[in-house]
Amino acid sequence: MSVESDNSAEPKVKRFMYVNRKAPHGTVYALEVLEMVLISAMFEQDVHLTFLDDGVFQIKKGQNPSVLEMKDFSKTYRALDGYGIEKVFVEKESMEERGLSQDDLIIPVEIIGREELGALMESMDVVLSA
Amino acid sequence: MLHLVNKSPFERNTLEACLKRATKGSSILLYEDAVYAALQGTTLAAAMAQAAKTHEIYVLTPDLTARGLDAASVLDGVRPVDYDGFVDLTADKGTVQSWL
Amino acid sequence: MSYQVGGKTVEHDEEGYLVDIGQWSEDVAVMIAEAEKLPLSSEHWEVIHFLREYYTEYQIAPAIRVLTKALTKKMGEAKGNNKYLYELFPYGPAKQACKIAGLPKPTGCV
Repeated sequence: MSVESDNSAEPKVKRFMYVNRKAPHGTVYALEVLEMVLISAMFEQDVHLTFLDDGVFQIKKGQNPSVLEMKDFSKTYRALDGYGIEKVFVEKESMEERGLSQDDLIIPVEIIGREELGALMESMDVVLSA
Repeated sequence: MLHLVNKSPFERNTLEACLKRATKGSSILLYEDAVYAALQGTTLAAAMAQAAKTHEIYVLTPDLTARGLDAASVLDGVRPVDYDGFVDLTADKGTVQSWL
Repeated sequence: MSYQVGGKTVEHDEEGYLVDIGQWSEDVAVMIAEAEKLPLSSEHWEVIHFLREYYTEYQIAPAIRVLTKALTKKMGEAKGNNKYLYELFPYGPAKQACKIAGLPKPTGCV
């Protein structure tokens, strides 16, 4: 199934990027984007998920928002692989500014530099951000 | 590619976040409270003038007018556009990213 | 709206999904299945327990495609396919199996 198709036999697969820039529990953005990503996985597009600025806190290990009586959706990022979403990127500078390293993250990611991230964004058909 | 910024750079860092990643030659449109970033005489003016050398920077005139500003108060190299210009930019520049 | 289970009241929404997934027990599952007119076999329980484990691990109810893939990995292709799941849960793994397992509606259920 595809979102749209032109007249040729092959449906057009678009390059999508979801940009996460917000920390996870203070606002609803992180959870909303995550749900959008899980739904978009059904449409078999070329999905790229990026974490930069405070967005890198979304995938920090050891979160326990149950003490705030909130759902621990950090566990849900680990389901992304099963949903076929394998292109996950973290911006190196954002991670380092926040004193984090790859070992602090809950899922395996590809670490890329700021410039590379900009170029990757430029190569997308659609960018969605929060 | 077109980057959209709508927050004041004196209150939020979304313009900075955008400038860190926007590739050379990409376009940036300042609207709503982000129009304050386009003004002459602010602490950001030098950095913005520099950014205007490597990016096409636009500012939405209705948002200037609403705030008692006009095209004359805007830095050299920043291009004022109206709503039609905004629409043209979103149509012509390809991928759009909003720095919210 | 609620199910009555062993003298306890378990709230559900207008579609029959539990309001508080923490209230789930096997007795509750039997009660929901009865409301769905679906007798539970050991094959049903296998899927129900699998869904519970998936939810505990990932905090979401899996979309059907993801469920079948995960079931195949764990139990083999005979049990990891749509036909098998629809035979067990005629109204669908999302609508029925998740409901009986006390999970919310699957994320990505479009």
